[in-house]
Amino acid sequence: MKKCAGVKKHWYDYLWIVSLAYLVLGFFNILFAWLGLLCFFIPLIIAIAGGGKAYCNRYCGRGQLFGLLGGKFGLSRKKDVPNWMKSKWFRYGFLIFFFIMFFQMLWNTYLVFDGAQNLRQVVTLLWTFKVPWHWAHHTTNIAPWAAQFAFGFYSVMLTSTILGFITMIFCKPRSWCVYCPMGTMTQLISKAKNGKNNI
Amino acid sequence: MVLKKRKAYVDQNDCVACGCCIKVCPLSAIQIVKGITARVDFSKCVGCGKCAKECPASVITIQEVEA
Repeated sequence: MKKCAGVKKHWYDYLWIVSLAYLVLGFFNILFAWLGLLCFFIPLIIAIAGGGKAYCNRYCGRGQLFGLLGGKFGLSRKKDVPNWMKSKWFRYGFLIFFFIMFFQMLWNTYLVFDGAQNLRQVVTLLWTFKVPWHWAHHTTNIAPWAAQFAFGFYSVMLTSTILGFITMIFCKPRSWCVYCPMGTMTQLISKAKNGKNNI
Repeated sequence: MVLKKRKAYVDQNDCVACGCCIKVCPLSAIQIVKGITARVDFSKCVGCGKCAKECPASVITIQEVEA
């Protein structure tokens, strides 16, 4: 009997464990947040190298985590996302907004590096709510700017997880994938490299 | 009598190329082309609808076509 190739499990189908571990580790030591840069650089490198959206398609642990929680664990209503959420206006707008907030985080890191600002041991959720996170900062021999970047980057990662979790509950499990800035960016890179009509 | 078959259709304008559909297709009839959009191989697709159900952007529909 022919095997169903599409549903065969691979090693990369378990990368949700890495994503979950990342979020947990950041709770205990904020410096683990630096590892999140891999989720930024790997998809970009793959897309620029001509691999398209292989990261989204195979290796994105966060997407897998939402798929698991919303699918197997039944935490999703599994309803269609609203039309505006999949519109190009919203997807590109969210990408720009995400970029602006990301550069603001880099600017805060620079201010700490420059000595113009003290290290703030907080995680900013949804770009608004500052949550004390001082217990996750232990080492004193690490440069304050490196710790500030970690707090900022973890804020980005946790915020996007919360947003994805909310849309997972109300819409389909992986509805985060619809407006994920990394997904939008890698699709744009793929379109720029190949030409939209050349498919 | 006209025979009809069910096939999955992707709205390529709104497809985000996330690849969720690939994972659930039991016949490997769908693939992401160059990181831009999903494309269905009609010679393999039997219109089971698993991809349409899974698609987070709901851009896949099952349509009946003449066999």
